[in-house]
Amino acid sequence: MGYTVAEKILLNHCDADHVEPGQVVMVRCDVVLANDVTGPVAFRQMEKMGTSEVFDCSKIVMVADHFAPAKDERSAILIKRLKEWSLEHGVVFYDQGRGGIEHNLLAQEGWVVPGSVIVGGDSHTCTHGALGAFSSGLGSTDIAHCIIFGEFWEAVPGTIQVTVSGEKGRFVTGKDVILAVISQIGAGGGTDNVLEFVGPGTKSLSIDERLAVSNLTVEAGSETGIFPADETTTVYLDGRTERKWEAVHSDPDASYSRQLEVDLDRLEPLVAKPHNPENVVPVSELVGTPIHQVVVGNCANGTLTDLRQAAQMMQGKRVHERTRMIVVPATQKIYREALTEGLVDTLVEAGASISTPTCGPCFGGHTGALAPGENALATTNRNFKGRAGSPDANVYLGNAFVAAAAAVAGEIVDPAGVM
Amino acid sequence: MIASGKAVVVPGTNIDTDVLYPGVYLNIDDPESMKPHLFEGIDPSLLEQLGGDTVLVVGENFGMGSSREHVPLAMKAWNVRCVIGSSFARIFYRNCINLALPAITCPQAAQAARSGSQITVDAAAGKVTVDGQEFSAVPVPPFMLEMLDRGGLVSWAQYKLSQPRS
Repeated sequence: MGYTVAEKILLNHCDADHVEPGQVVMVRCDVVLANDVTGPVAFRQMEKMGTSEVFDCSKIVMVADHFAPAKDERSAILIKRLKEWSLEHGVVFYDQGRGGIEHNLLAQEGWVVPGSVIVGGDSHTCTHGALGAFSSGLGSTDIAHCIIFGEFWEAVPGTIQVTVSGEKGRFVTGKDVILAVISQIGAGGGTDNVLEFVGPGTKSLSIDERLAVSNLTVEAGSETGIFPADETTTVYLDGRTERKWEAVHSDPDASYSRQLEVDLDRLEPLVAKPHNPENVVPVSELVGTPIHQVVVGNCANGTLTDLRQAAQMMQGKRVHERTRMIVVPATQKIYREALTEGLVDTLVEAGASISTPTCGPCFGGHTGALAPGENALATTNRNFKGRAGSPDANVYLGNAFVAAAAAVAGEIVDPAGVM
Repeated sequence: MIASGKAVVVPGTNIDTDVLYPGVYLNIDDPESMKPHLFEGIDPSLLEQLGGDTVLVVGENFGMGSSREHVPLAMKAWNVRCVIGSSFARIFYRNCINLALPAITCPQAAQAARSGSQITVDAAAGKVTVDGQEFSAVPVPPFMLEMLDRGGLVSWAQYKLSQPRS
């Protein structure tokens, strides 16, 4: 019996001579990531474990993104701790103004290559599957163990294969592909599995869109969502990384726990209703829902592609008087590119607020919390009750076209009607 | 590993870690200071039932969402000895095992338990007893059992560090 891409990567990173779903193996990490929330908790656990030695300082990355820029003294202390620990151990530290949101940053800076194993103290570490890596979100105690030993225990997951076919419509993006999958299998449907995306339709998904797809695989309970490397991956990595890599693909006789299909020809822009990303409906079903805040940003959809889509919708238009619009470029580099391309000017002229890269508005940490009774349309990945401020607020998740169209109309609308 | 305590029922399916421990408190890194915020987004009054040895009883896909270890850290700090449920989200489950907090899948026991029920869990034997009635749990794999018996990943790491380097 052949192996899936996930099984092959794990087999290459452990001492076992065979792997199968459910088997527990120790998996070696190529990159260990943590942030200002999960890093300091991991450092406490390292102290209890009894060492401050790291396995390989060139493979450890710390990013200040959740509470950066620090919203209060307690947050500033955490970020200071993260920075001092990083300097002391000689690991790479991306401070505010030098990095951005961890996952977009790691991909952008060439840390991630196909076939590698990326672990992070953040559930959206699954994002890196977009580049053909096996990536796993872990808790802080796991991260402490990875920092010391360079490995983690892993129950080998099964694989759910998603075959994507057809061509995307004008306002359909990667976000809609993954919302369609979550809607098919539910919030717990991918537990103990990874998703694997194949088929002719994947060719029309750029790396930015694949990042969004892989990013939301955890909202279906999956460990990651892998796009086996193809020409799009090769072009993206050219000149971006010096790491050696080889494309890893599933064997033709690999075994899958389930197979799904997404037909792009029949896909329309989708929206996940409160308070669970599995509550997916076509945007047309929600037309007229008043929207008080729009957020374009976060590790799913704060890419240059998303900012371009938002700016296209906003060109020559105004944010509706009922609505606030916050745009968060995911990284400092994306921010600069958006400036160079004039996207920031278009958005600011329309009445949007532009924030420095941060996770703040997505998880209710800071920068854009919601009041009771308010509705938001966000390009983020979670709409849990209370996540973005008041438990009596509602968050709808959609792509950047849908979000920007709602900002113009002050309510959910079909983006085709705005542009 | 055997754990026992009085049941506290956390109702609902797909209970996410945001409602279990809201994100605004993620800038706390000391487990004692995390305690007051556990369950804040779902039902803060649940805290009134905590304090003594407790077994949490939960539904399907419990702990979905964020990797925040603040949730099981706060549970441990409240003397939660075990969590029994219909099913668990992956990262929450890992975090529990790593902190030596048994997360036991046993839908029948989770259905039978009421607030205040006396629950005993024998992880190795795969048995959950609710007010004297016995249920079979989904077996805990040997690796996870060993992790629980050793006292979690911190003790496991201590042990590995104490061994001569090969």
